[in-house]
Amino acid sequence: MTDLFAFGDTGWGDEILHGLLVTIELALVTLPVGLALGFLVAFAALSQNRALRTLGNGYTTVMRGIPEILTLFVVYNGLGMGLNAALSRLAPDAAPIDLSPFLAGVIALALVFAAFSAEVIRGAFNALDPGQVEAGRAIGMTPGKILRRIKLPQVWRFALPGLGNLWINMLKDTALVSVIALNDLMRMTKVAVGVTKQPFTFYLFACLLYWAMCVLSEQVLAQMERRANRGVRRV
Amino acid sequence: MHPIEVLGTYWQQFLTGAGITVALTGLSAILAAVIAPLLALVRVAGNRWAQWPLRLYISFMRGTPLLAQLFLVYYGAGQFRPTLEAWGLWSFFRDPFNCALLVFAVNSTAYQTEILRGGIQGVPPGEVEAARAVGMTRVQTLRRVVFPHAYRIAWPALGNEIILLMKASAIASVVTVFDIMGRTRQVFAKTFDFSAYLWAALLYLALTAIFIALWRLAEARLSRHIDARERGVGTEAVTRGAGA
Repeated sequence: MTDLFAFGDTGWGDEILHGLLVTIELALVTLPVGLALGFLVAFAALSQNRALRTLGNGYTTVMRGIPEILTLFVVYNGLGMGLNAALSRLAPDAAPIDLSPFLAGVIALALVFAAFSAEVIRGAFNALDPGQVEAGRAIGMTPGKILRRIKLPQVWRFALPGLGNLWINMLKDTALVSVIALNDLMRMTKVAVGVTKQPFTFYLFACLLYWAMCVLSEQVLAQMERRANRGVRRV
Repeated sequence: MHPIEVLGTYWQQFLTGAGITVALTGLSAILAAVIAPLLALVRVAGNRWAQWPLRLYISFMRGTPLLAQLFLVYYGAGQFRPTLEAWGLWSFFRDPFNCALLVFAVNSTAYQTEILRGGIQGVPPGEVEAARAVGMTRVQTLRRVVFPHAYRIAWPALGNEIILLMKASAIASVVTVFDIMGRTRQVFAKTFDFSAYLWAALLYLALTAIFIALWRLAEARLSRHIDARERGVGTEAVTRGAGA
């Protein structure tokens, strides 16, 4: 039993560890991209401009309504096809681009993360006390300064629980990328199953690894929330 | 191919796929809805020894990818084939639809239990005391006071959970269930036409929109006596005014 998970040529320990690292890398690369996109979409949805507002709200509505795996296929197949069609028109002699599963995974997961996080961020901006912004303006802060010194620190505090949930969801959604042949934890588990013919043992092990990552994330997030709320008076 | 042409040629595929998606989501949501209230009661009022396995189960279901859970059951069953055959369960686990249904139901039960727990804890204690004071038994209190109010509190969150479940059900296509996503992948493999995915997206959005409308109707019905009371207060005021 322990032989199965040994490192080296005899067991699957190192292969699965490698897959685990790919999963973590995918999630960590997606987070900043998705969060930045989420802020952009939230700003669009909160903007004074009606067209921008419609665009922002439309994006979150559509993106949150379609399955993540569909988004992944649209990005992996569609974006690749689109890029190649554009490329063959611009430079007929160039070799076709192959969108790597990792890149497709980052783009698709970031697009989904952006849609959900935009709603969380929008809610956090709406929860700000307008009096504080007025106070900032009264003592002569520029809009940029108000955003940096008054709005963002509090938006962070309001948005943290929601963003934490989205991080955990995204971490779990990385498993979908194994379907387009990225060598992540899920995929390496499948490879091990193919050789050893012990599907239950290996998938259970994969589940336990995902579970450990989620429980660890929850602990870290709880710590971050305590830190973010350290200056808040308890009522 | 023109996008309309794709739909014209393959609309039957999309439609049967939609049927499978609705059946899979609906059946697993209903199965979960039958078990979740019982587990929610244990979460609220059960003793420590009943609590911890339940917490462990909910944490596992929420902390692992649904795809991994599906693989664990669908492929994992193969490891126990002789035992399952001996018990006559092999034909059940051999069918990907059954496995997906089982996994989605067990997974949704965990989420629905937590949502209902929140609903039950949201019922004001005064209502329960009042029910006891007029001599209702425990079961009567649950049936007439606690659950009706708990469901009204939990209703929007339960709706969200079912929408998430429907979206998540698309991963059943990975184990060869021909739901919307499965049919779409089939159509794409035949045509290499990107618009297959766009039609699938529209279909999912349409199903979500229909579900939200139905759920709102049900919500209005669940709280119809609240509206009636408001109307009642209104008519009372009018009659009083007329009498004076």
